[in-house]
Amino acid sequence: MAEADIVLHMTGVRKTFGPVVALSNMDLTVRAGRVHTILGENGAGKSTLMKILAGVQPPTAGEITLDGAPYYPATPQEAGARGLAIVFQELSLCNNLSVAANILATREPTRMGFISDRKVTAQARALVRDLGLPIDVTAQVGDLSIAQRQLVEIAKGLSHDAKVVIFDEPTSSLSDSEAEILFGIIGRLKAQGKAVIYISHRMEEIMRLSDDITVVRDGKYVDTVAREDTTIDALIAMMVGREMTEIYPPRIGEAPDPQAAPALRVTGLAQTGAFEGVSFEVRHGEILGFFGLIGSGRSEVMNALFGTGVARGTVEIDGAPVTIRSAAEAIEHGIGFVTENRKEQGLVLSHALRPNVSMAALPRFSSRGFVRSRAERREALSEVDRLGIRTNSIETVTGTLSGGNQQKVVLAKWLATRPRILILDEPTRGVDVGAKFEIYRIIRQLASEGTAILMVSSELPEVLGLSDRVLIMSEGRVTQTAPRDTLTPERVMTFATGHVQ
Amino acid sequence: MTETANMTSDRQAYLRAVLRQYAGIVLSLVALCVFFSLTNDRFLSVANLTNIFQQVAVIAITAFGMTWVILLGEIDLSVGSIIAVAGMVGAQIIGLGWGFGPALVLTLAAGAAMGLFNGVMTAKLLLPSFIVTVATMSIFRGLVSLPTGGAPAMNMDPTWIAIGANSFLGVPIIIWVVLVLFVVNHVALAHTTFGRKTYLTGGNREAALYSGINVDAMKIRIFMISGLMAAISGILLSSRLYSAQTNAGMSYELDAIAAAVLGGTSLSGGVGTMVGTLIGALIIGVLNNGMNMLSVPYFYQLIVKGLVILIAVYLDVRSKQRQG
Repeated sequence: MAEADIVLHMTGVRKTFGPVVALSNMDLTVRAGRVHTILGENGAGKSTLMKILAGVQPPTAGEITLDGAPYYPATPQEAGARGLAIVFQELSLCNNLSVAANILATREPTRMGFISDRKVTAQARALVRDLGLPIDVTAQVGDLSIAQRQLVEIAKGLSHDAKVVIFDEPTSSLSDSEAEILFGIIGRLKAQGKAVIYISHRMEEIMRLSDDITVVRDGKYVDTVAREDTTIDALIAMMVGREMTEIYPPRIGEAPDPQAAPALRVTGLAQTGAFEGVSFEVRHGEILGFFGLIGSGRSEVMNALFGTGVARGTVEIDGAPVTIRSAAEAIEHGIGFVTENRKEQGLVLSHALRPNVSMAALPRFSSRGFVRSRAERREALSEVDRLGIRTNSIETVTGTLSGGNQQKVVLAKWLATRPRILILDEPTRGVDVGAKFEIYRIIRQLASEGTAILMVSSELPEVLGLSDRVLIMSEGRVTQTAPRDTLTPERVMTFATGHVQ
Repeated sequence: MTETANMTSDRQAYLRAVLRQYAGIVLSLVALCVFFSLTNDRFLSVANLTNIFQQVAVIAITAFGMTWVILLGEIDLSVGSIIAVAGMVGAQIIGLGWGFGPALVLTLAAGAAMGLFNGVMTAKLLLPSFIVTVATMSIFRGLVSLPTGGAPAMNMDPTWIAIGANSFLGVPIIIWVVLVLFVVNHVALAHTTFGRKTYLTGGNREAALYSGINVDAMKIRIFMISGLMAAISGILLSSRLYSAQTNAGMSYELDAIAAAVLGGTSLSGGVGTMVGTLIGALIIGVLNNGMNMLSVPYFYQLIVKGLVILIAVYLDVRSKQRQG
């Protein structure tokens, strides 16, 4: 291939945050008129790479050129001026403004120094029409669905002329028909001779769109291959560094007797507007998977059980009816809750690992109101050891750890309460494959020690790979509860979407 | 064996972090002292250092209370007014002839009650503490004048005045009070579960809630602590002034906030220590005292104090950005 069509070139790019290496030895050659996919698990270093290119963070070392000239943008504005356009995955829109105002934000056409609403609307409308997007530019962004907002994000990213267009997981919230519109746009960009960087981990669309594919894993460059020369299986193997079949560890020992007395029995749990008639039981040593699409009410049920939400119905723990009105009462009853969002509900990111581990179990680490720091340190050390948390010390600030290690700290925090019933809400969201595997191993280990586990997940392979039984919810109702081996992915999806024949 | 080794290294890491945390402000304090002692040879005399401590007392004690509030991610702008109310409550009860003991207890109770009001408004009505305490700053300042119609109350008890005038073991009682309150607040913050819960709640309210911490109760108790500390400051101030002035403690909330922030307390909550706050209060005290000795006009003093706060906070923010 000729050197002349190289638009963006990176060699040996490295980014560190203190002792943490987010990206190392990154090489990338992006050519005009081609779609270059960056493939990697969450936490593999893709977003760091994007932030460097977008001028959000400078690289620690390495060389980058754009059109042959050194490229080290200090700000996103500079990156834009040099010819880079980015379509973000995380929505960066102002919900209180109109679609048109968002698309042309900071570049509004003016009339005698004042922003002309008429011109803004007209320009935005022309742009949206050219792109073939089905959006009304006068609508408030806050009133749109998530998928429509993603389309607005695309229009915004493409609203100024660019040589390199980066799409950061653009299809993660799009339906098939909207994704088709996007693929059409990418095809046209390619035909216009623009270089497209496409970030995704959806194999089918990657194989369909890409010309070149670069794989990253654990912050390291793995390889760049041409699409014709590879297969989905080969890409997955490169991406995870191990075969997919090894990911779900087998259960340790026998599954609990289905006739055994349940650790937790829930009958007729209901919350107005969220869910109703939710009944289930889970035994000591059993993993009960909770599957449902977003909005099915799974997380609300868990919050109600934990006393952080209000609900009617009866809850029995080891045969005795209980009323749980607060998290403190839930913890006293031996319930732990690994919450869905570790940054918001799980950790105090500005604090060290040690106080994060002990925070839900302070009564265990105190006497007469004083913290027993020796016992606390010992617990933190033993959890670091047991869960394989990679950290310099237990005094390391949790905000500096990787996503997978942060998630393990959340687990450690709940294990420190010695729970008899453990609720896990999306336990592996946003963690890399290695940490995922270790978290699965820990869940198995806990079950084998007799903990009753409720695992909420929207990843179907995870639910089917780990659960003894699966409960499926759809629109606030339980549509099926069945042993794992009677279920197939298709059957689960049928119940989850409510299309039961 | 390895566990002990790990524990030692973790303890060392902890100590290193602590040293790094205070290096900046301790150096600033030392630099100020060196500067003032070079420009005035009376600065380092025992008499003057005692004087600085006495002047710092009211700010330091108010700032201890403020540190709890800021650690929780809240703010208490009403402490200056509480200082004045406390002095007036004491003077009125002494005026009734009930004696020192009841006057002391009721004054402290009045401070805690005003804090309770702030706390309940913030925790239960979900009003921002900034707004609540701007309002109560005004309300409490107005309450001070109710008994006397705006005049100072001069009827003071001899024991009350002795607090500000007398010494114990050669050290003024005011300094003993500051030291004891420093130790109590420091131990409570650094070593009790209550202190730990304060850090956790200020660091991430929602995570604290999910960990079984009663966040509302924390808020209410901490505003009560702030009110109580301000009431103690009010007692010391009225004792030194031999009277309860209606404008006592005016704008002391700003000095208290400045002391806490100089000491490294983060206004977003979750980070800070009593040691830092004490050093912060000393910096403000040394600045005031040193500039007075150099006869710097009052308005220049205001400008210098403001600049020192800006520089200190800037250095703090920058060092945090480097770490993160």
